[in-house]
Amino acid sequence: MSRMRTRFVVLHVMVLSLLAVLAVRLWQVQVVRGPEFVAVATETRTRDVVVPAIRGQILDSAGRPLVRNRSGLVVSIDRTRLERMRDKGAGVLARLAAVLGSTPETLRERIRACGPGVTRPCWTGSPYQPIPVDDAVTTREALQILERQEDFPGVTAEVQAVREYPGRSHAAQVLGYLQPVTEHELEKRKGLKTSYSGVDLVGRDGLESVYDQALRGKPGLRRVQVDRMGKVIGIEQQVAPVPGDTLITSIDAGVQGLVEKALAGAMKRAPQADGAAGVVLDVRTGRVIAMGSMPTYDPSVWTGGISENEYQRLLSDKSGRPLVSRAIKGTFAPGSTFKVTSVSAMVKDGYPLKGIYDCPGAFMVGSRPFHNFRGIGLGPMNLHTALVKSCDTIFYRAAYEMWLRDGGMKPKAKTKDPMAAMSRAYGFGKVTGIDIPGESPGRIPDRYWKKNLWAATRATNCIRAKSGYPEVKDASRAAFLKRLAYENCLEGFQWRAGDAANFSIGQGDVLVTPLQLANAYAALVGDGKVRSPRIAWALVRPDGTRVKEIKPPVIGKLSINEETRAYIKNALSQVASDGTAAGAFGGFPMNLVRIGGKTGTAEVYGKTDTSWFASFAPAEKPRFVVVVMVSQGGMGGSAAAPAVREIYEGMYGFGKDHAPPVLTEPAKNPPVIKPDGTVKR
Amino acid sequence: MIPVSAVPRRRSLASRAVGEGSALRRMDGILLVAVAALCVIGTMLVWSSTRTWASVEPTGLVKKHVLNLGIGSALLSAVALVDPHRLRAYAPVVYAVAMLALIVVVTPIGTTVNGSHSWIMLGGGFAMQPSELAKPALILLLAMLLAEPAEGTDRPKTLDIMFGLAAAGLAMALVMLQPDLGTTMVLSVITGGVLIFSGVRKRWIGLVLAAAVIGAGLVWSLGLLQPYQVARFTAFLNPASDPRGVGYNSTQALIAIGSGEVYGKGLFHGGQTTGRFVPEQHTDFIFTVAGEEFGFLGAATVIALLGVVLLRGLRIARACEDRFGALVAGGVVCWFAFQMFINVGMTIGIMPITGLPLPFVSYGGTATFANMIGIGFLQAIHIRERSYMG
Repeated sequence: MSRMRTRFVVLHVMVLSLLAVLAVRLWQVQVVRGPEFVAVATETRTRDVVVPAIRGQILDSAGRPLVRNRSGLVVSIDRTRLERMRDKGAGVLARLAAVLGSTPETLRERIRACGPGVTRPCWTGSPYQPIPVDDAVTTREALQILERQEDFPGVTAEVQAVREYPGRSHAAQVLGYLQPVTEHELEKRKGLKTSYSGVDLVGRDGLESVYDQALRGKPGLRRVQVDRMGKVIGIEQQVAPVPGDTLITSIDAGVQGLVEKALAGAMKRAPQADGAAGVVLDVRTGRVIAMGSMPTYDPSVWTGGISENEYQRLLSDKSGRPLVSRAIKGTFAPGSTFKVTSVSAMVKDGYPLKGIYDCPGAFMVGSRPFHNFRGIGLGPMNLHTALVKSCDTIFYRAAYEMWLRDGGMKPKAKTKDPMAAMSRAYGFGKVTGIDIPGESPGRIPDRYWKKNLWAATRATNCIRAKSGYPEVKDASRAAFLKRLAYENCLEGFQWRAGDAANFSIGQGDVLVTPLQLANAYAALVGDGKVRSPRIAWALVRPDGTRVKEIKPPVIGKLSINEETRAYIKNALSQVASDGTAAGAFGGFPMNLVRIGGKTGTAEVYGKTDTSWFASFAPAEKPRFVVVVMVSQGGMGGSAAAPAVREIYEGMYGFGKDHAPPVLTEPAKNPPVIKPDGTVKR
Repeated sequence: MIPVSAVPRRRSLASRAVGEGSALRRMDGILLVAVAALCVIGTMLVWSSTRTWASVEPTGLVKKHVLNLGIGSALLSAVALVDPHRLRAYAPVVYAVAMLALIVVVTPIGTTVNGSHSWIMLGGGFAMQPSELAKPALILLLAMLLAEPAEGTDRPKTLDIMFGLAAAGLAMALVMLQPDLGTTMVLSVITGGVLIFSGVRKRWIGLVLAAAVIGAGLVWSLGLLQPYQVARFTAFLNPASDPRGVGYNSTQALIAIGSGEVYGKGLFHGGQTTGRFVPEQHTDFIFTVAGEEFGFLGAATVIALLGVVLLRGLRIARACEDRFGALVAGGVVCWFAFQMFINVGMTIGIMPITGLPLPFVSYGGTATFANMIGIGFLQAIHIRERSYMG
C-alpha cells in the first residue's frame, strides 16, 4: 500500500497545481485584463444607433410652410455588412429588389461609393453609414423586410422625416437642398461625427446650408444590446433627439408665387431670354419678401437621392443651370437703372441739383461721339427729366468732366472718381452679405481695377496682338479682336474717357446682381441707409419659444442729403406714368398706388440686351422695392417692366382676374408659433 | 418496559438511511456540501444561460436540470449505500452493460447531436449519453482487475493488466467511433491513473505512455479525427488564425469571462450571456456564465468547490485500507480533475476546445448521473472505511 500512497501524493500535488494554474490564469483574465475585456464586450454586445432629430421647418412670413417634413418609411442598406458576406450581399440585394420592385443592379448602383470614374447614382456619404435606397416604401413592404431580418441582414426600414415642399418650386434656390454628409465634411468639422447619423443629410446651398446647425437639431443616441445574430434584445441607454429649430423667413409665399409667375411670363414673352431674376425687398427693414430665379427646378428631386439624369440636368447649360440663383449670382450690366448713382455722384461732386443740363443727341468724349438712345437730342432739361426720359449725354458729359478733373490720361496721384465712389456707397462692387451662400460681388471698374486687369492679362494680350485669332472664322471679328488685343497690350492699364462715360450709364464693365440693385434702391427710397438683406427672420423652437431674431444689419449710408434723395425719388415716381415705363404701366391705377422706378436696357456684346426694371411702391411712402431682370430680354420697358407690373397687380389686387390682394403692406412681426406647433392667426 | 435486545433489530430502510449512525450520516459531509453547492450554482447558471431562449419557455431547461439533479442525488445515495465489496462483484456486469450501450449508440439506433453520434433518444424529450456512464463503469472494472496483487507483491498481475488494458481499449475504441475525443481522453486518463495507483512497474507506465503516444500519432496520421477536431487544436495553438470560425468560441469565452472582472455583473445581468455570444453556454461553456455574472470571486469559488471535491476524494482514497476502494477513489479523482481542468482551461484559453462538461455545474442528464455515481463511489468507500474503523 505504501507504493500506492506515494503515487497518491503525486496525484495530490498534481491536483493542487492544476487548481493553482486555473486560479492564476483566472486572476489574469478577470482582474488584470478585465477592463480590456469589458471594452471588447461592450463593443461586441452593443450597437449605437443615432436617432436623427427632426429637421426644422422653414416658414414664410405668415407661418405658411416653405419646407416641411413628412414622415416616410425609409429603407437603408448597411454596405459594410453586405461586403462581409460570402456573396458580397448579392442574395440580399436580389431579395430586397424583389420586395421594392426594383432591380439588384439599381440598388447596387445606389450604394456604391462616389469617386473618380463613379458618377451618380452613387453614395456621397460615409461607407460606414446605412445608405437610404428608398424613401417611399409602403408599410407592407417595410414589414416584409423587418419581419424577415434573417433574409435581409444589413437592411433596415425606419420611419424618418423626409423633406417636402408644399410650394413645389417656390424659391428653390433660396431654400437650398439637402445631401448626405460626406466623409470629407465629417473629418473637416470635428465633433460632427457624433451628431450625424447614417442617414443624416447636410444642408447644401440656400437657407438649408446657412442655418444648417439650427435646423438640424441634436440627434439622439440609442445604445441597443444585440445578441450574436445582431438581433436587438434590449435598450441600454437612450438620449432623446432634440428637434431642429423652425426657421421663419420674411419670404411671403404669395408674393414669391407672383414673382416666379411674372418671371416665367417674361421669359416666355421674350424669345431670346435665357434667364430672369426678381427680388422684392421690404424697404424699411431690408428683409427679403421674395426672390426668384429662372429657370428653376423642383427641389423635391433631391429627396431620397437624385438620379444621374436629373443631376446632370440641374448642372447643364442646356437647361439653363437652374441651381444657380441669378438674383444673387448672376452679374449683369445695370444700364440706365444705374443712373441714380450717377445723379447722386454729380450732386455730391458739386453739380447743382436743380440746374439745367443740355441733352444733345451725341456728346464728343474726346474724339469719339457718344450717342443718346437712338441718337435723339432732347434739348435742355433738369436732372428730373434726365432720369424720367433716360437721357444719356448729360451723364457722358459729367463723367467726362470728372475724368478730366482727375487728370484724364495722366491721372493725379489721388483721384476722386466720384461715380465709382458713389456706386460703392450704394453697395455695388461688394457682396450684400445676404444669408444665403454663393453671392457675387459684381464689379465696379475704375483706374485701379483696370491696372490690375491689365497686369493679369497683358501676356496673353501681347501674344494675341502678334498672332491674331486664326481660330476665329469671321475675318472682321478676328481683325477686331486682334486690334483689341493690341490696344490692351499697349495701353490696357489706362482708364480712358470712354470707360468713364460708359460707366455713367451702367454700361461697359459695370456688373451688378439683381439683389444689389434692389438693395441700392431700397437705401435710396428708404432712409438712406444701406442694409445687408436677410431672408431669415427668426429661429424658434418647435413649441414656439423664440431662439433669436435676425435683423438685417446696417452696413452703409448714402453720402447724399435728404433733399437729393427726395428729388431723385420724385423723378423716378414719374417714370411709370410719363417716362420710359409708361407703356408697360398703361392703365395701372396710379391714383391708388403710385409706382416709382427706372428702366434699364443694357447692351451685351453679341447678345440681346439685358432688360431691367427697378421699382418701388407706393412712391410717396415706399414700402416695397421690386427689381426684375430678364437676361437677353430686350428693352427694360418691354420685358422687365411688364413683369414688375404683374407683381404689383397681384400684390395690391389690381389684376384682371380680380384676385384679392396678396400683400399690401410688409408683415411687421414674424408669425407666432403656438406651443402645439400651429401658427397663431 | 421493552427489554433491550442484544440482537440488532432489522431496521427500516428509511431509518437506515437517515437515522442515528445511518449510512447517510456516515457520509463525508464536506464532500456532500461541496457537491450540493456546485449543483446550486450550476442550476442558477443554467437558468441564466437558457432564460433568453425563444424556443423553450424561460424555465423549461432549468426545471429539467433540477429533475436531473434529483435523479442524480437518488443515484448518489443508492450507490453510497452499496458495500464496496458488492460494487466489486457487480463490476463486470456494469462494464458489460455500459459497453452494450456504447455498441447500441454506434448502430442506427443512436442519434447525432453536434457532430457526435453519442445519444440514444428515450422519447418524451429524454435522451441518454452512454459514453458518460462508461467512465464509472471502466473505473469499477479496472479497480476490480488491478486490486488483486500478485502473490507476495503489491503489484497487479501481468494478466490482469493485459485484461484491464484490453477493457479500456475496447471502451475507448467504441467512444472514438462516435466520435467523442473528449471522453476518450477522460477514459485514457482514468486508465492511466488506476494503472499507476495499482502499483504497476515503471516500465509498464512507460509502455502505456508510449502506446498512448503511438495511438495518438496513429489517430492523427490515419485521419481518424474529424476536420473540426483538428481545427480546434490549430485554433488553440493560434487563436487569431480564424476569429470568426473555430477561434470564435475561445475568443468569445475569454471576452465573457474577462468582462466579469472581480465582482461580476450579477446573476441574469451578463450582457454576453444574455446575447448568447458564447455557444453551448449552458453545457460545455457554462463556466463563462459563472465568470461573467459572478466575476473572479464567483468563478474562483467554483474552482475552489471543485478543489474541495477533489481533495476530499483524494483523502478518501488515501485513507482507504482496501486496494479496490482506493483504486476506485483514485480513478474518480483523476476523472473529475482532468475533466475540470480541461473544461475550465478551454474557457480561459489555456486548453484546446474539447466537448467536455464541467462536473456538477453543466446542464446534461447522463453526465449529471455519472458524476453523482462517481460521488456515490467515494461515499460508499468512505462509509465502509469508517465502519471498519468504527
